[in-house]
Amino acid sequence: MNVHDKYKPLTLWDRIFLPRVLQGLWLTNAHFFRNILAHTLRAFGVKTAWKGSVTYQYPEERRPFFPRLRTMHRLTKREDGTPRCVACMMCETVCPAKCIYIVATERPEKQIEKVPATFDIDLGKCVFCGYCVEACPEDAIRMDTGIIEISSFTRNGMMLNQEMLLSFEPKKEYYVKEASSAE
Amino acid sequence: MELIVTTLIKIFFFVFGFVLSLAALLTWVERKQSAVMQDRIGANRAAILGFRALGLFHIIADSVKMFVKEDFTPTGAKRFIFSIAPGLSLFFALLAFVAIPFGDTLIVNGKPISLQIADLDVGILYVFAVMSMGVYGVVLGAWASNNNYGMLGGLRASAQMISYEVAIGVSIIGVLMVFETVSLSGIVKAQGHLMWGGWVPKWGILVQPVGFLLFLTTGIAETKRIPFDAPEGESEIIGYFIEYSSMRFGMYFLTDFIETILIAAITVTLFLGGWQVPYLMADGFHFPWGSIWQLSNITISVLQVAAFTLKVAIMIFIMMNIRWTLPRFRYDQVMSLGWKILLPLSLANIFITGVLIILMR
Repeated sequence: MNVHDKYKPLTLWDRIFLPRVLQGLWLTNAHFFRNILAHTLRAFGVKTAWKGSVTYQYPEERRPFFPRLRTMHRLTKREDGTPRCVACMMCETVCPAKCIYIVATERPEKQIEKVPATFDIDLGKCVFCGYCVEACPEDAIRMDTGIIEISSFTRNGMMLNQEMLLSFEPKKEYYVKEASSAE
Repeated sequence: MELIVTTLIKIFFFVFGFVLSLAALLTWVERKQSAVMQDRIGANRAAILGFRALGLFHIIADSVKMFVKEDFTPTGAKRFIFSIAPGLSLFFALLAFVAIPFGDTLIVNGKPISLQIADLDVGILYVFAVMSMGVYGVVLGAWASNNNYGMLGGLRASAQMISYEVAIGVSIIGVLMVFETVSLSGIVKAQGHLMWGGWVPKWGILVQPVGFLLFLTTGIAETKRIPFDAPEGESEIIGYFIEYSSMRFGMYFLTDFIETILIAAITVTLFLGGWQVPYLMADGFHFPWGSIWQLSNITISVLQVAAFTLKVAIMIFIMMNIRWTLPRFRYDQVMSLGWKILLPLSLANIFITGVLIILMR
């Protein structure tokens, strides 16, 4: 529709007003009776694929996530179970919200020098920009857990420590089934 | 004494049993109807023992919430007027139902009981008088709450009510001319006659179609709901109840629904034959092809009350439809619609009705 169309003067048909009202009522009623029919059929077990609403009933059914969605963070692990993170502080440096706190320590084997002693993320400050994931040279931090229900009654409850971050596994069932090849 | 007892029973059944429970149900109807209309599910979370009943428990949840919330009076408010205003609004809205007939005569133990709380000779005038008193609750509440937005809402409400009071009064004159009475029970009885060769009941909507449209429009304006909710205007001024909370707000909220029921009931009474079932006379069905189906008095009364309820439900459905379809009128549009379109049309309707009555005599 042209932007300037709305500045056109109303025609006589518009100014009588009643036909336009009936037109609007026709539209809303068409939706109403169509949806009522769909709900009734579903209640009796007929045509269950035909839904009467376009909304998701959230706690019971979830909208599938796309792979690029940034959800709660996790730390990836090596084959032996130790964290992939080398405590290079890249993510802590790039973080615009300054919500990552890393304390580095030495690692026993000398090929890899460092490992985080503590790795805390304050989700109360996090802005979910995903810069930490992009900055990481080791693919050690990802935001693909699929956890979006993040809430707590206290501020300390919003803190994630290294142990928790390592324990998360991505929830595959929350994501769209045909994983796109965008990665 | 007996009159008092029967009147109290009638008030209990009609005002408390019918009007107030329907008003409570309408809070659910409004949410669900709009939801289904907009491809949503609507309120369905309140549950008792995991049983949701299509969200009907939200009525209980809402009323509990209304009653336990903090009852707040702002600084500088006129405390007395602020307190009584919502009650005033509710009181006048309920008072109008006294004159609405919801059935014909019911015979109990050989004594006739009119199914109408008070059969007033000037019923329609009484209803309009009480309805226009209802604006006092709104204006007083708005003014007493010491809030500029509230006062704006109150001013808009009074201006709108007074403007549409004129048009609503004039729009029904046509009906009164056709049925030659101002008594509501008389109007309903007159609509039981048949016309056009005895096939079609003489309902107001058939003899006064323009009057019906005008009355419905002005009636919706009287309820202060969308598309005529300039007094509320929730996107610009919160409206006359801006400072109200808890059950005082709940009373204003309930008044909206009760006024919707009232307008629906008056529309049914004036234009849709009230409690009349087509072809149902005082002793049973008299079909136009000559056959008669005798029925007992109690059956007829039940049929009449059911017909009245069904018609009111249909009118409420239509009004809710309009409320969820149309956007709000601007304030100047409300005024020009009322004064420049509805009032002249109503006057023209009276004139044409008068000419037709004289010509057809």
